[in-house]
Amino acid sequence: MRYAMVIDTKKCVGCSDCVVACQTENNVPIGYCRDWITERVEGTYPKVELELRSERCNHCENAPCVRCCPTGASHIIDGGIVLVTPNECIGCGACIESCPYDARFQHPDGYVDKCTFCHHRLEKGQLPACVSVCPTKCMYFGDLDNPNSEVSQLLKARKHKTLAPEAGTKPHVYYLI
Amino acid sequence: MGTSRRKFIKISALGFGGAAVAATSLETIGLNSYLEGLALENSLEKLKQTATYCEVCFWKCAGWVHSDREGNIHKIIGNNIDPHCNGRLCPRGTGGVGMYSDNDRLKKPLVRKLIDGEETFVETSWEEALTLIASKMKAIKEEYGAESMGLLKHGAPGSHFEHLFKAFGSDSIAEPAYAQCRGPRETGFALTFGSWVGSPEPTDIRDTKCLVLIGSHIGENMHNTQVQEMSDAIDQGATIITVDPRLSTAASKSQHWLAIKPSTDIALLLAWMNVLINENLYDKAYVDKYGLGFEQLKAHVQEYTPEWAYGITTIKPEEIRKTARIMAAAAPATIIHPGRHVTWYGDDTQRARAMAILNGLLGSWGRRGGFYFKESISVPKFPHPPYPTPKWGWEDIGEKYPFAEMGITNELIRASIPSEENEHPIKAWMVAGTNLNNSIPNKKLLEEAIDALEFMVVVDTMPMEITGYADVVLPECTYLERYDGIRSATNREPSIALRMPAVPPRFDSKPAWWIAKQLGEKLGLHDYFNYDDYKEVIAWQLKEMGTSLEELEKIGVKKFKRKSGPMYLEDGQNYEFLTDSGKIEFYSAALERKGFDPMPKFTQHPEPQPGYYRLNYGRSPMHTFSRTVNSPNLNDLKSENDLWVNPKVARILNLKKGQYVWLENQDGVQSSFPIRVRVTERIRWDSVYMVHGFGHNNKKLGRAHGKGASDTQLISQVAIDPIMGGTGMRGNFVKILTENPTKTLEV
Repeated sequence: MRYAMVIDTKKCVGCSDCVVACQTENNVPIGYCRDWITERVEGTYPKVELELRSERCNHCENAPCVRCCPTGASHIIDGGIVLVTPNECIGCGACIESCPYDARFQHPDGYVDKCTFCHHRLEKGQLPACVSVCPTKCMYFGDLDNPNSEVSQLLKARKHKTLAPEAGTKPHVYYLI
Repeated sequence: MGTSRRKFIKISALGFGGAAVAATSLETIGLNSYLEGLALENSLEKLKQTATYCEVCFWKCAGWVHSDREGNIHKIIGNNIDPHCNGRLCPRGTGGVGMYSDNDRLKKPLVRKLIDGEETFVETSWEEALTLIASKMKAIKEEYGAESMGLLKHGAPGSHFEHLFKAFGSDSIAEPAYAQCRGPRETGFALTFGSWVGSPEPTDIRDTKCLVLIGSHIGENMHNTQVQEMSDAIDQGATIITVDPRLSTAASKSQHWLAIKPSTDIALLLAWMNVLINENLYDKAYVDKYGLGFEQLKAHVQEYTPEWAYGITTIKPEEIRKTARIMAAAAPATIIHPGRHVTWYGDDTQRARAMAILNGLLGSWGRRGGFYFKESISVPKFPHPPYPTPKWGWEDIGEKYPFAEMGITNELIRASIPSEENEHPIKAWMVAGTNLNNSIPNKKLLEEAIDALEFMVVVDTMPMEITGYADVVLPECTYLERYDGIRSATNREPSIALRMPAVPPRFDSKPAWWIAKQLGEKLGLHDYFNYDDYKEVIAWQLKEMGTSLEELEKIGVKKFKRKSGPMYLEDGQNYEFLTDSGKIEFYSAALERKGFDPMPKFTQHPEPQPGYYRLNYGRSPMHTFSRTVNSPNLNDLKSENDLWVNPKVARILNLKKGQYVWLENQDGVQSSFPIRVRVTERIRWDSVYMVHGFGHNNKKLGRAHGKGASDTQLISQVAIDPIMGGTGMRGNFVKILTENPTKTLEV
């Protein structure tokens, strides 16, 4: 089992529904977020291209945040989900510094927080909150080890990329381009 | 940062909120914490789910409010069977809890009092506030007639007051949704096809092969099913053609973005007609069978060649031809989208007509992938005596505009300014659920009217700017705390949705139905409000419709079978359109009779003077009008607007990204607050752009006050559509000031 998220930039409109759905689902305090929207504009008017994408923790296979965690609070569980155990976290911030995606933040309650792929929902057979709410249905979630899963099929059929591949982190969030 | 471990331990005693966050990861680490996690999840499972439909915008998506026993709302999730959202709310609906949790909400009825020579609001009881309003309404009725009470409204609360006003004897009712928004397209399409576009739009985007957007920025406007279906269309490989001076989100998803010069759309639409007709690309069988006036249209568009349009629109002739051919190849599964906020230049009904005519030429009205025949189910009226017939009403107030099909706000406002020739004097207003200061352009006119009023009541959930002008302010509870009328959806198949209170009203706020009823009772109109709780009305209506309140409480949304026939025309089917002629009117005799162009023409509109840029405005997906800027959840997503400026302009004016600037329009009107510059290639060099609804000046809106600029404030030139009275708002030009023009500015 290798969970992955595939996000179709051709469909994302950058509405931030994923952001607010995550906040309400995971009780993320206002002013903080586990996912966010990035906008990239290239070209000169009127030959301009715009890419919108929803970003979050990439749940890297080779996760620098896990490697640098002094207490073991950052760890990888079955399915490849990177988690933080709040009461083992001392809030040192090493993981925040090490993450090439700026995906982690200091929760005001004193631990480092980030996307969990809505692990608590997966256990109940539900999709992550962001995926289930997205009005454009541009986000897909599933198991890369299953060649028939929607995510495997999409990655087979469509051109895609990961973010900051040069960091060698082997992300589990893919962008269809 | 030091260790925060102590802090974290502290929160585990804080209870539900803090611990629930931890639970997501605690589950995995060991037996004890796993059990703790499970225990928490079980308590999460016990969240109550209450049916609602959203009121953050007008799309009215149905959903479920998840709340705990203590009455805390945890989340709001779309109803899977609702055709307005298919289980997926937009960011505003998902963040709708902010409407409820905002501590800046109106809390108590307020009445304007003169204390030590200063006008101020004083908290009062509902009884006192309602008695005062009822006595003022009676006095207005006695002195001038009930007709002189005007209602300006929006959304669900508006309909309760509409009932009160009609029972009281006034039909002097208007809402910005018409003359400041979609009025021109309703009139333009009705003149062509005999029926309104309506809401939601019956655009068959899901099955379209070619979607053409004229300045319509789906994806920035989060009209939920439109956004969902545009995404479906992208999946299906549909071609999107977007005409917009700005690279909107939709434009960025388009194979063809026509970066048109602002205000020249009609020229492009006429050139498209020219190509479709002269290259014989139009749907001949459809036009022959259902159309009227094609020969006149053909003659009319001969002069409007792509070469002619090039000089006006800056769109190259080959691009115009190519896109016309693409539309024709996909037809009838082609949609020239009617748009929604279409009050731009004052000839908006004619532009809507041009779009309707193009749909007619392509044969897309009543065809799969074009426009489907929508259907809704009518909700039976709860029994009450017939309404009295007013001597005059919205039609008379707007009589200058023969094709107005709803009250014209700006005319109702004008009728509130006393003058010799005013035969329909409005003396008092009730304003319900609409912040006129941020929706009605021409602030001077609005303020003059408000000054002249004898009495004004505002009903709202938030201390919007308009409340500051009221004599009495009534705090309405939010949609999450009240019953409202049954939502009957006009869609592919009819459906209804229930809204019921998920939590009790916060503070001393009350539902609009209750306020309307109390006023009704005080005005001797009991027979129109023959119930104690609006729940009784809904229960009765649902029973009449063959269902029950109990059933709707469980399912939230109920679908019904179509009765009006198929969604699409069958080949060669006889069909009578609801126009005067029963045909699709390419040539409008109705317009001609009233002295208007029977077929659309291009008119030149004012252009910016040197140093000025056209002020364009639009939507952000996280906000609705000016209504949501203060919502804690939505403010967190977007707390202020930016001024989009082309890099060339930024270079000339030496503007830096993130710099705050002030704006001054052609009439010397200056923005009250600074706005942040966003230098972007997404906009033309002759215009600037901002998202509508920001720049609130009421300090009681703690998060929104002073954040960003208000486009409405800068719209002092209004081009009125002579056909239906809409206010064209895109003929305003601003210069960019890098220093604060008013030294005494309050921020």
